Amino acid sequence: MNFLALIGRVVLGFLVHLGRLTIFTGTAIGHCLRPPLYPRLIGQQMIDIGYYSLPVVGLTAIFSGMVLALQSYTGFARFSAESAVANVVVLSITRELGPVLAGLMVAGRIGASMAAEIGTMRVTEQIDALSTLSTNPFKYLVVPRLLAGLLMLPLLVFVADVIGVFGGYLVGVYKLGFNPGVYINSTVDFVEPLDVISGLVKAAVFGFIIALMGCYNGYHSKGGAQGVGAATTNAVVSASILILITNYILTELFFSA
Amino acid sequence: MIVTASNMTATPKIEIKDVRKAFGDKHVLNGIDLNVAPAESVVIIGGSGTGKSVLLKCVLGILTADSGVIKVDGEDVTHTPSARRGDVAKKFGMLFQGAALFDSLPVWENVAFGLIQGERMPRKEAKERAIETLAKVGLAASVGDLTPSELSGGMQKRVGLARAIAGNPEIVFFDEPTTGLDPIMADVINDLIIACVKDKGITALSITHDMHSARKIGDRIAMIYEGKLIWVGDAKTVDHSGNDFVDQFVNGRAEGPIKMQLRK
Ligand SMILES: Nc1ncnc2c1ncn2[C@@H]1O[C@H](COP(=O)(O)OP(=O)(O)OP(=O)(O)O)[C@@H](O)[C@H]1O
Ligand SMILES: [Mg+2]
Repeated sequence: MNFLALIGRVVLGFLVHLGRLTIFTGTAIGHCLRPPLYPRLIGQQMIDIGYYSLPVVGLTAIFSGMVLALQSYTGFARFSAESAVANVVVLSITRELGPVLAGLMVAGRIGASMAAEIGTMRVTEQIDALSTLSTNPFKYLVVPRLLAGLLMLPLLVFVADVIGVFGGYLVGVYKLGFNPGVYINSTVDFVEPLDVISGLVKAAVFGFIIALMGCYNGYHSKGGAQGVGAATTNAVVSASILILITNYILTELFFSA
Repeated sequence: MIVTASNMTATPKIEIKDVRKAFGDKHVLNGIDLNVAPAESVVIIGGSGTGKSVLLKCVLGILTADSGVIKVDGEDVTHTPSARRGDVAKKFGMLFQGAALFDSLPVWENVAFGLIQGERMPRKEAKERAIETLAKVGLAASVGDLTPSELSGGMQKRVGLARAIAGNPEIVFFDEPTTGLDPIMADVINDLIIACVKDKGITALSITHDMHSARKIGDRIAMIYEGKLIWVGDAKTVDHSGNDFVDQFVNGRAEGPIKMQLRK
């Protein structure tokens, strides 16, 4: 009996969250489409998300590219297919690893800070204060973050793609002894626009998810420092899981047809 | 201003009728009735945790009352959250109990926030207005460039006050305006609130535990107890209200009809 009650409570809690999240998302998108927007705030967020995430994302990308080259080389040597290294690197990076790894890193960095900032504003009544000053908290806080996430993640991922492929090139040429010209050629010849574009579309979706989870969890946080802490954790965990799930769905949509 | 029968019959600036609010099974407001006339200053007193701040938030639209009616200038706003109130929201200024300053912005931008975001005033002009307003609450222009976290508690309170009045609202709510201030500064703030009401014709609804301040800034005083206003009357009569609850509160006695929930 108790066990059933527990299941019931968990399911109900989940449905409440889902409902609130749906309303939150709808409201946020509605405000994205209606002026006024705050270009100044959008710019600030874009710098925060895009520019300041570059080092983390760049490092992640270069080592992923390098390890990919190394692994695929040792693996493919068993089938004497070493020449496929460049192709494997560029495909893996642009289609999957670039967007997913950048998304996860940014979820940790940006999702957490959004949830913490907005959560603190919630528990210290700053969000209430906003609305008493004739400023809609959605427009002022949520919309700039959503738009910045949506716009900046593709850019970041594009940079990550380039850096990741460059990492593969470094290992390929300097460690595995590929001819530089051949390596570059087989990279460029092999990659198709859809590989890159699908990755960038994924990135935009991930950027939206990260900002949405950060804002949603922050906005609905309660109960002081502990509540803000929980909001931060939830933002990162839920964004990461959603990124992995939507990544699979998007891959299906793009490539399984 | 002494409230006479005649100006009570005009449309009240704020009309609160049988407002109730509960959090879960905790009934905080149990039917509050209060009218505030234009350019009147009403002070709400009452024990800690009796729902004074909750009442103000219901009127502001930050919280939604469970039942009852709240009208501002005759317009029913009971179920409209402040974000959707449009012009009605612009009439209000609010000093939050915890100041609630935006800690990502410098002090002057906090004060000028309503001007820049709400009224689209150019930043330069808004900054001048902010610095003027800061001067009224006894803060130097140099304070304007600090961030809220660099201020003392009393200074934050005064910045919150400056922010509440900077946009020249018609109605201002002061939630404990003098708490945390030294006695002299508290009196400066009292005078400022009086000036707002008398000179600018602002309607003020204040909460305070400071009886000296309550007597000074209030035209009328209302006492909240167990979710109801148990006494509303002229501020001058608060010392001989004939109500034991009010008497106990005003004189700050531990013994009386109001029992604190203490374990002996
Ligand atoms: N958001 C909320 N959720 C749940 N309970 C709340 C909430 N806000 C206030 N309360 C409860 O409502 C009651 C009244 O709170 P309120 O802040 O109005 O007290 P107050 O009269 O302003 O007290 P003080 O003089 O100490 O500021 C308190 O018991 C508080 O626990
Ligand atoms: Mg209070």
